[in-house]
Amino acid sequence: MSVMKKILSTVAIATTFMAGAAQADDVRIALVVKALGIGFFEAAAKGAEEAANELGGVEIIYTGPTSTTAEGQIEVINALIAQRVDAIAISANDTDALVPALKKAMDRGITVISWDSGVAPEGRSLHLNPSSNALIGNMIIKLAADHLPDGGDVAVLSATTTSTNQNIWIEEMNKVMGNYSGINVVGTVYGDDLADKSYREANGLMQTYPDLKAIIAPTSVGIVAAAQAVADAGKIGEINVTGLGLPSEMAGAIDSGASKSFAIWNPIDLGYSAAMLAYNLSQGNATAEPGAEIPMGRMGNLTLDDNNEGAMADPFVYDASNIEQFKSIF
Amino acid sequence: MNPTERFIPDRLTTPMQRLLKSWETLLLLVAVGIFTMNSFASPYFLDAWNLSDATFNFTEKAMIAFAMALLIISGEIDLSVASIIALTSTAMGAAVQYGAGTTDIVLIGLLVGLLCGAFNAVLVTIMGLPSIVVTIGTMSLFRGISYIVLGDQAYRGYPADFAFFGQGYVWWVFSFEIVLFVIFAIIYGVVLHKTNFGRAIYAIGNNATAAQFSGIRVQRVKFILFLLTGLMAGIAAICLTSRLGSTRPSIAVGWELEVVTMVVLGGVNILGGSGSIPGVVIAAFVMGLVTFGLGLLNVPGIVMSIFIGLLLIGVIALPRLLTMIAARRA
Repeated sequence: MSVMKKILSTVAIATTFMAGAAQADDVRIALVVKALGIGFFEAAAKGAEEAANELGGVEIIYTGPTSTTAEGQIEVINALIAQRVDAIAISANDTDALVPALKKAMDRGITVISWDSGVAPEGRSLHLNPSSNALIGNMIIKLAADHLPDGGDVAVLSATTTSTNQNIWIEEMNKVMGNYSGINVVGTVYGDDLADKSYREANGLMQTYPDLKAIIAPTSVGIVAAAQAVADAGKIGEINVTGLGLPSEMAGAIDSGASKSFAIWNPIDLGYSAAMLAYNLSQGNATAEPGAEIPMGRMGNLTLDDNNEGAMADPFVYDASNIEQFKSIF
Repeated sequence: MNPTERFIPDRLTTPMQRLLKSWETLLLLVAVGIFTMNSFASPYFLDAWNLSDATFNFTEKAMIAFAMALLIISGEIDLSVASIIALTSTAMGAAVQYGAGTTDIVLIGLLVGLLCGAFNAVLVTIMGLPSIVVTIGTMSLFRGISYIVLGDQAYRGYPADFAFFGQGYVWWVFSFEIVLFVIFAIIYGVVLHKTNFGRAIYAIGNNATAAQFSGIRVQRVKFILFLLTGLMAGIAAICLTSRLGSTRPSIAVGWELEVVTMVVLGGVNILGGSGSIPGVVIAAFVMGLVTFGLGLLNVPGIVMSIFIGLLLIGVIALPRLLTMIAARRA
């Protein structure tokens, strides 16, 4: 009867999970992620818990499938519908495939929002983007300018010539160039998001522009390669590498000084904001409609565009003061 | 008995048969046990609509599992079923882009499933290649074609009445899928346990050479089984695509192992020669109830995987364990 024993013990485990659950009259917000066991989402769950503590009377159900599949998320959604949770905040594995399941959730009175990775408009009431193209474009040039009070030459190391995101961000950066006097963008090169090509292109930049003061790499591959190239060329302190990168990959460059600071979304803030938005919508404190401003606690308000999408905030800046905390998260 | 008919026993050792029978009863007890414990563990479990939602966790996989059970009993295996779903779904999606109606889509789905099955069948039965190697190959091939056609895109825009197959209800809480599941369970049960064709499958699985010399057209039976498996994967693809309302090349990733797990949990000998359809039906319910019941308690997916894994090992080890105990006592 070993099978029965196993079942009994699993049910015992399950009951322990139950015992940990809060009272039934709490507002229950499910934070559904692409897959469990990913540092980025664990950090988002921490943020959601922070929001729950701040609000009081809120239970966060942090859940998701074991692999990043739409079918797995649908099973999770079905289980959440059955529990009649108050809200579902989901980072979707598939823009379209989740729509029927999420529509069913909304039909049964559950508030549905997407965050990080969105769902098609008919499957959610709003989508929370971590940032916007305009904010990112401004941030990458600001990061360079912050460490160049007297101005100077900067260059851009991008991904491929056809990378939609990078091209839009660089375009947005060029729009706000006028606000940063003395900063002179001397050229843009493309490392194709390959470590070795990005490294060579960064070296090329240093040789072509001897007065180069900063390299802006709005790509997580490029920024690491550029920092390595600057360190190998012995130009730490002369040239600052900045842009968009992951704390875990950039910790070395921050330690060595090749990069003074860089930016990317903060998953804790993202989870916090998603939970706040889900709470406010489910409690009828706000309605998701174009132009609406929905409060999200310490992160301010989310302004919705015509697609009911909104941008949370500026990308979060990582430097020597906080890299230790975040490098183990994502 | 008609003298021209031959009696071919499932197994040469009758005690094993008896053990298998008692174990099938045990699996049923497990299912009842899980059902009862879930009812106590979660207040949401015993709800007609919730249980109806839960059946979607296994109906599509179980339909393939019926055909797969026959194939495994005959000593072959098809690991390409999930990829057949992907290719079939892609073909249906492509047809929609050219304005195909619901009837056309369904016909295309059935046809592509059959063709994929036929491709496997030719390689295994006519070319004489081992099925595990062939279907590992076609697993990459079929899904690869989907990836080439779709890339990171998705097919949408299925007609509204196409949604019936995966989202429709025949009567009250009984979905089209669960009705289809019951119908196929009966058909496959009758075919395997009540027809000459079914006897032939057991005979081939126990000893293909002996079956050949007994006048069974071994390769033809296997050819038909591969066709059936392809067809069932096509039918599952129709249901799943309808349920998701869209097609992506990553559709049904990893399902081949879940289908094989279901078959083996249902008591089918992975080496061929024995097993039953009622076993597979119970196994489908066990897997569905476990994932849904634990999902209701928000138990992380990885714990569910561990549970299914333990269940599988337990079920496979149990008959052997009992034989060993019996041998020691004797």
